[in-house]
Amino acid sequence: MRANRTLEIGTGLFVLLGFAALLFLTTQLPASGVKFGAPRAGYHVSAEFDNIGDLKVGAPVTMAGVRVGEVEGIRFDSKDYKAVVGLRVDPQYNQIPEDSYASIQTQGLLGGKYIGISPGGLDSYLKDGSRIEQTQSAIVLESLINKFFANYSSKGGGEGQGADNHSRAESRK
Amino acid sequence: MNQRGGDGFILEGVRRLGAVTIFLVRLLLECVPALGRPRLLVHQIYNAGARSLIIIMLSGLFVGMVLGLQAFNLLQRFGSEEALGTAAALGLLKELSPVITALLFAGRAGTALTSEIGLMRATDQLTAMEVMAVDPLRHVAAPRFLGGVVAMPLLAVIFSVIGLYGAQLVGVQLMGVDKGVFWSQMQGSVGLHDVTEGVVKSLVFGVACSLIAVHEGYHAEPTAEGVGLATTRTVVASSVITLLLDYVLTAAFL
Repeated sequence: MRANRTLEIGTGLFVLLGFAALLFLTTQLPASGVKFGAPRAGYHVSAEFDNIGDLKVGAPVTMAGVRVGEVEGIRFDSKDYKAVVGLRVDPQYNQIPEDSYASIQTQGLLGGKYIGISPGGLDSYLKDGSRIEQTQSAIVLESLINKFFANYSSKGGGEGQGADNHSRAESRK
Repeated sequence: MNQRGGDGFILEGVRRLGAVTIFLVRLLLECVPALGRPRLLVHQIYNAGARSLIIIMLSGLFVGMVLGLQAFNLLQRFGSEEALGTAAALGLLKELSPVITALLFAGRAGTALTSEIGLMRATDQLTAMEVMAVDPLRHVAAPRFLGGVVAMPLLAVIFSVIGLYGAQLVGVQLMGVDKGVFWSQMQGSVGLHDVTEGVVKSLVFGVACSLIAVHEGYHAEPTAEGVGLATTRTVVASSVITLLLDYVLTAAFL
């Protein structure tokens, strides 16, 4: 009887652990919005961007390259047609000037997007619920290339070179 | 094993494949009545699963850590360390955890199954059951087979989760990848179908490895040497079949 009990408890624990792992994999790996664990401390600010590129929830918020917080939520404002990004800033960084400037930047060549904050000059600081007014959108590489080709072909038109023809065909699209 | 000199190597292989297939069908037919005896099944899940837990968790941790280190090193060359989470998660979920779990299972639980049933055969316990009109296939083989089939996917998902934390340990704590980036990049590019792929793979491996282990034990030559040989065959056959099936399943899923 005694041995039977330990056996059943062991089996139960094993099955429980297995299903907990399965639950973790199915809810935590694909972005499902289900979050385990207590919310992290810090204060919340928001910023509006014209284009956030592929910024994701959980991406870091940095100042001078140092991580000060993370992206907490992204939603679309259907009135202004802008992306509203919610940021959580760690509580110890509570002296960020109110007129600071937020921009979306890229880590490395293929890396994900993150938000960089450049400090402003005001004496009043960002606090819970404030909004960062000055923002710069993500630089989308494709549109940059398009712009470059448009410039290039309008400047060097009529040369009649192969590469040039190609770029003009691109810019006409 | 009857050694008829004229029969070729190939014919013997075909015969064994046929024998295993017939055994699988008989085993599957006995699985339904075996479910009516949950106590036997629970015992086998304990033997195959719970007792393999430590080795699976330890291996998962180290495999995850190595994966974190290697993937970081490789990704760093392309300046995209942020993809570490994705690389670790996909590598673990789709390949490493089903395959390594199956290999460890073959070594840890498969050998135990084979030698246990083989020894029952050698000491005439199976024959005694038959004499008493107790079907050994139903009472000995089927619960062990089912136990292995249930335990394998559970072990594989535990391996995956531990491995992910192992990769995080190296990537985030040691190499300095951002923790939020590690998880958010992973969440952005891992889909539910990737999890499903891993679970289906490990389920198939569970059927294959348990079948081979039970079959080898059941048909072991009733001598000490025969049981030893059967155990060796279990490990060799399970490992090869696992790797072969892995290729087939990967191709099927892509």
